[in-house]
This record gives sequence, structure tokens and C-alpha cells, in this order.
Amino acid sequence: MSSAESATAAAEAREFFKGISDSVCGVVESDTAPKIWLPAFGAAVGVLGMLVVTLYILFTTGVGIWGNNNTEAWAWPIVNFVFWVGIGHAGTLISAVLFLMRQKWRTSINRAAEAMTIFAVVCAGLFPVIHTGRPWLAYWLLPIPNDMAIWPQFRSPLAWDVFAVSTYMTCSILFWYMGLVPDFATLRDRTASKLKHTIYGILALGWRGSARQWHRYERAYLIMAALCTPLVFSVHSVVSFDFAVGQLPGWHTTIFPPYFVAGAIFSGFAMVLTLMVPARAIFNMKHIITDLHVENMCKVILATGSMVGFAYGTEFFIAWYSGNEYEGFTFLNRAFGPFAWAYWTMITCNVIVPQFFWFKKIRTSPFIIVGLCILVNVGMWFERFVIIVTSLTRSFMPGSWHYYSPTMYDATTFIGSFGLFFTLFLLFLRYMPMIAMFEVKGASHHAHAGVKH
Amino acid sequence: MSHEKETDQVEDKLYGLLAEYESPGALIEAAKAVRTAGYTKFDCHSPFPVHGIDPAMGIKPTILPMLTFGAGATGLGLAILMQTWMNNWTYPFNIGGKPLISLPMQIPIAFEVTVLLAAFATFFGMWGLNKLPQVWHPLFGNDRFLTATSHGFFVAIEADDPKFDDEKTKATLEAAGATAIEEVRYQTSKAHRALPKGVIAMIVVSTCVALVPFAYIYKKRSSKSPHPHYHINPNMDFQAKNKAQTASDIFPDGRAERLPVDGTVARGELKADDHFYRGLQAGQWATEFPAEIPMTQETMDRGQNRFEIYCSPCHGLGGDGQGMIAQRADRVGASATGWVAPSNMTQASFATQPHGQLFNTITYGIRSMPAYGPQIKEADRWAIVLYVRALQRSANATVQTDVPADKRPAIR
Repeated sequence: MSSAESATAAAEAREFFKGISDSVCGVVESDTAPKIWLPAFGAAVGVLGMLVVTLYILFTTGVGIWGNNNTEAWAWPIVNFVFWVGIGHAGTLISAVLFLMRQKWRTSINRAAEAMTIFAVVCAGLFPVIHTGRPWLAYWLLPIPNDMAIWPQFRSPLAWDVFAVSTYMTCSILFWYMGLVPDFATLRDRTASKLKHTIYGILALGWRGSARQWHRYERAYLIMAALCTPLVFSVHSVVSFDFAVGQLPGWHTTIFPPYFVAGAIFSGFAMVLTLMVPARAIFNMKHIITDLHVENMCKVILATGSMVGFAYGTEFFIAWYSGNEYEGFTFLNRAFGPFAWAYWTMITCNVIVPQFFWFKKIRTSPFIIVGLCILVNVGMWFERFVIIVTSLTRSFMPGSWHYYSPTMYDATTFIGSFGLFFTLFLLFLRYMPMIAMFEVKGASHHAHAGVKH
Repeated sequence: MSHEKETDQVEDKLYGLLAEYESPGALIEAAKAVRTAGYTKFDCHSPFPVHGIDPAMGIKPTILPMLTFGAGATGLGLAILMQTWMNNWTYPFNIGGKPLISLPMQIPIAFEVTVLLAAFATFFGMWGLNKLPQVWHPLFGNDRFLTATSHGFFVAIEADDPKFDDEKTKATLEAAGATAIEEVRYQTSKAHRALPKGVIAMIVVSTCVALVPFAYIYKKRSSKSPHPHYHINPNMDFQAKNKAQTASDIFPDGRAERLPVDGTVARGELKADDHFYRGLQAGQWATEFPAEIPMTQETMDRGQNRFEIYCSPCHGLGGDGQGMIAQRADRVGASATGWVAPSNMTQASFATQPHGQLFNTITYGIRSMPAYGPQIKEADRWAIVLYVRALQRSANATVQTDVPADKRPAIR
């Protein structure tokens, strides 16, 4: 390479790095948000308000406002909990697992996916707490010394859940914030506003991109990725233990942990695409989140969706092959019983819908992608509904059989949780760097400009 | 005053030299050159981690993984200890007779706590080793340096470096291909380095505000109050229901409690036998014991036992009306306030009372004596009557009438 060539390469590289900073920071620095942001944010806050009102009525009246009954004690709140926790998994998978696998394309979406994870886990954490009926006593879940000298029962999967979800939440926040610090430093150094300089300055912790700091930072990032990878698998496995450790037909199966994890990744990626395909168009990020990245995610959905479909088949096969009459009855009841409509919605959305992603034409049409991804998440919600509701309403004793119908408040709680999620996510898109700038820069070929081999 | 002057003193001091390079590759070459020239107090700055810079600068591997491992191992040990202690020693949970200490049940939480502590050590350890957060650094005063977090590549050599020499160092940096070299100066004023006052105020105020609830709880816990508990959440402490012996507007008679319908008889409460239940025979005080009461030593012992529990505090162990309470009442002059002293049941007037009358007095009480009917069952009341009869006879006994002839010489 001649010196002239290397000078051009260096100039191009600087132009690229500056371009990344400009496009990503531009969103945050601009005084006006994209036209659609404000109405979207207003709608999200409105729906959040509905959640707040519902919670007020719930706390002052009690869980009787929901459709839960003696037979169906878990019902929608736990369906929603598993649904949101599952969605959260894609963020950690993208940021940690794909990092360990050296998938460079992850850099364009990992920040937003991690944010999505945290917000989804916030929504998830809400449900078991309000489902207890007396959320102000939620601290009883933790091993805190108390006057009564009693402690959690550590043989219970519900106690494992508390540890798994709160560890997951904590580690996700640490990982996310660690990634944000160098980008906050970029925002700090670009802004002219004194207020923003102070706020981003505090958030950036005095980061100055020193090689000695980068060395420890990269090592810490690698370790965090290595810690979060088994963590993400453990979390949904533990959530599946809530069911698998119980003895109810349809729950008591060893396939649950892998099947839940595959389903979580499936729904999480669908959520990332649902959010990021419109976001990259609205915020002009198509040159960073490229069509290739979107295609890759579609392929992940196809793969995990097929795994989930395979798991459904395996469950049915084992129900017959085990010769266990209760298990057999439960599965026939799922497919042909009173909740057959839910079962076939689940099969359609989770097994058939992702198969469309075999076609490149579909993997490159944004509207179809978003539509299919929303269907996938509808299907994944129904998967949890089918597991929880069909098994509980048809337990061993026919005397406790019951049909289950939700109430209006079930719906406002669930829809309201989307308000919480989207409020947080829209604030994130507007006020934080939605793309990991330093990672995109470091993962591009320009990062090697001028390097002598 | 002199102290203030000292802190406000401003002195323009040289931090070092800052050189900019055009590309990551150029930065690596510059780092190599600076290191070869023997500098030790220098650093490179880039918007992303430049790969290959560590060997070029001679950066030693960080000890961070050790911290992570140590914290992870601690977490594992703590989690196992915690579960064993809480579920086995301090509050043993017997779940279907399973062993109290069992490792498989501890695996999920042990794993989560291991990861949690390891992640904390990694996160906080990394910032600690990097000496961050840092409020102030001389380089931030340089405008050119602001691109270091966006698209600029810099080498900074500190003036503290023993090899530092303004001209020579400049020449080294230039020879390595610097596109610009600047001196970085800073002011040693403490005010300059300190946190902005607003930030300090915010930290102080928010810390104080955060302590208020704890202070309030502490005060409430350590003081007494005549008022009822303050219920942050009422839970089910106040319920819309009637309690015993209270008034209610619902019924015309104003009582919350309802009486049974007239003529209602509860199971086993008919009590048709006048003799046994009321001590009456043909409307007169019974002079015989009912047939249900066997005249045996057991009945006598039972009567003594009940008498000593219920009657002796006032009437005395001998039935002479000199029990502990009677003696005390005498001493404090209780008769002035309406106290009627317990009777001496060994007097002749009591000895001649029919059995039924004694039974009735125990059941309903008399003068200062309360009713014992609700406390002592009928059979026991009859046993007491029998024992009182024995006491009366022994108190008024004579050798001629009450001692068998063959025992009389022994008493004399």
C-alpha cells in the first residue's frame, strides 16, 4: 500500500467514524424529534396511564377484579410475566452470545436490544408482584432478616425465580450501562449545551478513551458477555421450572427448559424486529442497521420458530408414548378441548408464520417482516396461555375443572404494560445513543485503516 | 481568608504534549515509537479499542479476571451457606421428609448468586482499576482532544515522565507521523477540579432526603405513643363487621349480637333433670344427691380437688371462711366498700342447709360470691357439695358420734 493510498484510507476511515457519531448523536442532539415520535410517545403515555389507573383499582380493591379463580389461580398475570421475560432474552442473546460468537453484525442492534431487554424485564417483574395481591409485602420474597425469624423456602422454584429474574435484571443493566459509557462520552464531547454537558458528563464517568482504560474495559466486556450467556439460558430455564417442577399434567416435563429458552429467543427477536425495522426508517439508520442485519434476524426467528414447532411435536409424541393417561388427556384437551381455539392460534402463529422467512423476498420486505413478527409474539403469548390455562383448568380432579374467562381489568393490565414498555423505549430512542457507536466503529473494516501487517 | 486565597490560586501548569494521528494504524506506530524512545508516562486515546495497541504500548494484562473469579467463588460459597443456614439451621423446612441439606436444590440460586457477585466485581472492579469516575482531567481542557471520543486518535505524553523534554518529545511525536501537536496546560486551582457546586448540593440533598424515611422509622420504633399504630396499608385490620358486645343500627333493639329464637335448645342443653341440674326435688331443695353422682372415694377426691381450686381462695382449705382473699380483705378493710366476708361453712346453719341449696349457691353465687355455674360442670358442683359436707362433719365432729368405738382409745 502506497502512502497516498493509506492517506486516502485514513481519511475515509475518519469520515466513516465521524459519520457514525453524527447520525447516532444527531438523533439525541436534535431539538426536534421525528414527526411520528411525539404522537407515539403521547399514545404510549396514555396507555401507561391506563395501567396506572388499573393498578390503583387493583390495589384498592384486590385481585378479584381479574378473572383469576380458585382453579385458575395463575391466569393472565403469569402468562404476561412469562411473555415479557421471554421477550427480554433477545437483548442479552444479541449482546452476549453473538459477541462471544464474534458476530460483528450484532453491533448495529445490540444497544437497542439490550434496552428492550431491560424494559421487558421491568414489565415482567411487575406481574408476579401485583399477582401476589399485596405487592407492598413483595420484600418477603427476599431473604431479609425479620421479626418473624422466617426465611424463603429455597426448594421452591418460585424462590429460584426471584433470584434468577433479579440477577438477570441487575446484570442486564450493568452490561447495558457499561456499553453506554463510551457513547455518553461522545455525546458529552460533542454537545454545546451546558446542561447536556453536565448530564452526559456525569453519565460518562470521565471516560476519555485511553488505551489503558480500553484494555480493562474490553476485558470486562468479554467477562460480562461470558457471565450473561449462561445467565440468559438459566433465567428462562428457571422460569420453566415454575411449571416443570410442579406435577400437573402438561407441565411436568423435562423438555420445558430448552423449549422455553428457544421460545424466548424466538419471541425476543420478533420483538427486536418489530421495534427496529420502523425505528431504522424513522431515524435514518438504514446504513447502520442494514438489510443484511434484518435478514440475519429473520433467519434466527426461522430457526428458533422451527425449534419451538419441533418441541410442540415432541410434547405431543411423549404424551402418547409415555402411556400416561393424564398426560395424554391433557394434550388431546389442548388441541380439541374448550381452549382449542387458543391452541390452534398458537400453532398457526408459532409454527406456520415463521416458515415464510424461508423466502428472501419476505426477509427484505419491512412491512411483511413487522406483520409476521407481531403474529409471532401473538403466538408466543398464546403459548403461555395454553400452557397455564389448559393445564390448570383440567387438573387431576374433575371436581375442580372450570372454564376461565378474563375480565376487562386483565386486558387493561396487559395492554397497559405495553404502555410502560413503549414509554421507556421511546424515551431511550430519543435521549440515549440507540446504536453502540464505539462498537460499530470498532467492528468495521475502517478500524484497521493504516494498520501495517 | 488566607485559606480561601490558597484554594483560588491559579497557576498555569504544563500537563504534557498531545499529538493527533490520522488513523488507528498510525496510532499503533506512534505508540511503538514513543515506547521505544523510553517513555513510560504516556497514553493513547481512541474512539474505540484499537486492536494491536496493547502490545505496542506494552500494556500488561489486567488482574480483572482474578477479581471476577474471586467474587464468583465468594458468591457460590455464600449462596450455599445462606441456603443451608436459612433452610436447615435457623428455620428448618421439612418438605415431605426430604433431607434438609441437599445440594441439587441449591444449584439454581447458587448459580445466580455466583453470576451476580462476579458481574458486580467485573463492573465495579473495571471502573475502579480505571480510576473512574473521574471528575476532572487536564486533557478535557483541550478542544482538539474532544474528538477522541468520536473520530480522533491521540497520544499524550505527560510532563512528569523522566524522559520528558519539550523539544525532544515533540520531535519524537512528529517523527511518528503526528498531524498536530499541542501543549496541554492546566490550572492547579482546586476550585477548578472540584465537582460543580450544583452537583455537590444535589448529592447532599438527595442523600439527606433518602435518609428521612429511615430516620422516621427509627424515631417511631424507639418512641412511645398513645395513638394507635399508623397503618401505611390497612391490609385487613379494619373490617366492616360487627364485633361481640357492640351496638348496631341494623336491628330495632340496637344489639349487634342476636339472641336465639325463643324456645331454642342447643344440643345437650335441654337439662330436663331438675334434681341434677338445679338441685330441686319436687320444687324443694334436694336433700339427697342425684343418682348420677356415685358416693365413692373418687367423687370425694374430685370434690376436694375442685374445692381447693375454686373455693379455698376465699373459704379457706377447711371451709372456715379464712382463705387468703378473706384475710387480705379484712386487712385492707374491704367491708367498708361493700365487701361481704365469705361464710364460715362449718357453722351449724350451713351444715343443716339441704344439698340442693348449696348446689344452687355454687351455681348462681350469693352476695359477694360470683356464679360458678359457667365454670364448674354440674357433676363437679355435686362433688364439691359432697366434700363440703365432709368438711362440715369433720369440723363439728365429737369422739362419741364420729369415731368408731375401737379407734377411740388411740385418740385419747
